[in-house]
Amino acid sequence: MESGLTPSQLELPGAAAVERVFREEYGRVVASLVRRFGDIDVAEEAAGEALVAALEKWPVTGVPPNPGGWLTTTAGNRAIDRLRREGQRDAKHQAALMVYDDTPHEPTGPVEDDRLRLLFTCCHPALAVEARIALTLRLLGGLTVAEIAEAFLVPETTMGQRIARAKKKIAAAHVPYRVPEAADLPERLGGVLTVLFLIANEGYLASGEGSPVRAELTDEAIRLARQLRRLLPQEPEVAGLLALLLLLEARREARVRDGQLVPLGEQDRAGWDRTLLAEGHALVRECLATGRPGRFQVLAAVNAVHTDAPSAQDTDWSQVVALYDLLVRFDPSPVVALNRAVAVAELDGPEVALALVERLPLEGYHPWHATRAELLRRLGRSAEAKQAYDAAIAASANSAERAYLSRRRGELV
Amino acid sequence: MAHYLLSVHGPAERTEFGDYGSREAMEEAFAATGAFNEELKSSGYWVFAGGLEPAATATVVDGRGDAPVMTDGPYLETKEVIGGFWVVDVPDLDVALALAAAGSKACRGKVEVRPFDGLA
Repeated sequence: MESGLTPSQLELPGAAAVERVFREEYGRVVASLVRRFGDIDVAEEAAGEALVAALEKWPVTGVPPNPGGWLTTTAGNRAIDRLRREGQRDAKHQAALMVYDDTPHEPTGPVEDDRLRLLFTCCHPALAVEARIALTLRLLGGLTVAEIAEAFLVPETTMGQRIARAKKKIAAAHVPYRVPEAADLPERLGGVLTVLFLIANEGYLASGEGSPVRAELTDEAIRLARQLRRLLPQEPEVAGLLALLLLLEARREARVRDGQLVPLGEQDRAGWDRTLLAEGHALVRECLATGRPGRFQVLAAVNAVHTDAPSAQDTDWSQVVALYDLLVRFDPSPVVALNRAVAVAELDGPEVALALVERLPLEGYHPWHATRAELLRRLGRSAEAKQAYDAAIAASANSAERAYLSRRRGELV
Repeated sequence: MAHYLLSVHGPAERTEFGDYGSREAMEEAFAATGAFNEELKSSGYWVFAGGLEPAATATVVDGRGDAPVMTDGPYLETKEVIGGFWVVDVPDLDVALALAAAGSKACRGKVEVRPFDGLA
């Protein structure tokens, strides 16, 4: 342990800094409290009370050396206080008794991690897919209900009800809080990987008005993907997802400059994290050797091709298109077809790509408008390109992306 | 441990072979269901199970008024009804779901899993 105060501790944090630390630690705190008290609502309430306590204390004392431990201990004490006060109520009384039960918890499989258990609980097949994603974003990502509602394009009350219903089902139907047995893992895995990918996506291109990149979400997704890999080292899709997340993370610093999104082709490649790239590329090679391709492995391979090229001009576009052809077999969605068209534009020209893009039923999806705008621009059809940029700006909720699109539109004559 | 109702849903209209296409299919399903019941008993999860007569045999009683009102037929007019059920006592939902999958295979019908709020 370090002794003495670090410079960051000498600077007293404001409320925004406290909230940032809280958000980074939220998933860990809640998962630990769910294990201890066996009740998601108790865990969330106690975590909220710990935030209030931190907001009172940290601006005076500084952030403690182990903020996660401080928050967990404080939240645990608040939960015990509350359960004691409400001890006459039967169910709560039983929960309170658990506090004094110091027998070790049942082994939960090869990897002991509260957050992994909570992830599998949130992604239980008995819950609707959208509820799984929403609940994971709430409990592990620490997103507010309003932020999740915005990401799903639904009213906040609707999302609140959806999350409440899922939590109620977990409690009333006794959805177990554990990592499933080895035999159940493969069928549960697809949903878990998808949710992790969506959490990372929300981190890379946050939909809300705040920061365009949410590092605490990408960090958490990578951390959980690493845990999954330790749990399932032979599963190539797990390696594929981890590789994909690492290759995206490696480019994080270069993705935003002066509040504007920087597209791949214009990024400063010297700003990419070499260590993360090396680890990601090694995982992609490992997947290739396994010979059991899947959606996340192919997406990782696409990113490996991009990050292998010394410059954007050197990108092996024929390989990218070939990988998208393969990806269509696992995921024949219009979104994949759109990404494929972007690569086709580099290989066969913008006219061929535009014909592909025009056919896709994606009018509500802002990347469709942005892609159309770029292709029209390259074809010299400025008036149509401007309209497409306007549509893309209107449909995008990310400030850095809107800034980028506005600049591109402004450059048109 | 927690109690669940595993209910089997099938068409309201039955043929002479119940919900099944032929006598052989019906007899196979009965045999498989019997074997599943024995497994449930030996595993210790068994509480109670039963098959139901067709919905046409149901009578709805409304006793909320001064005198009870009887109506011939089921409460809900639907194309699908509960054909039978198991009540099981298991550690958690995962065990209930695994039993429901085995029960569904045995009786060749879709099974709904619903937790009990309490048992008298």
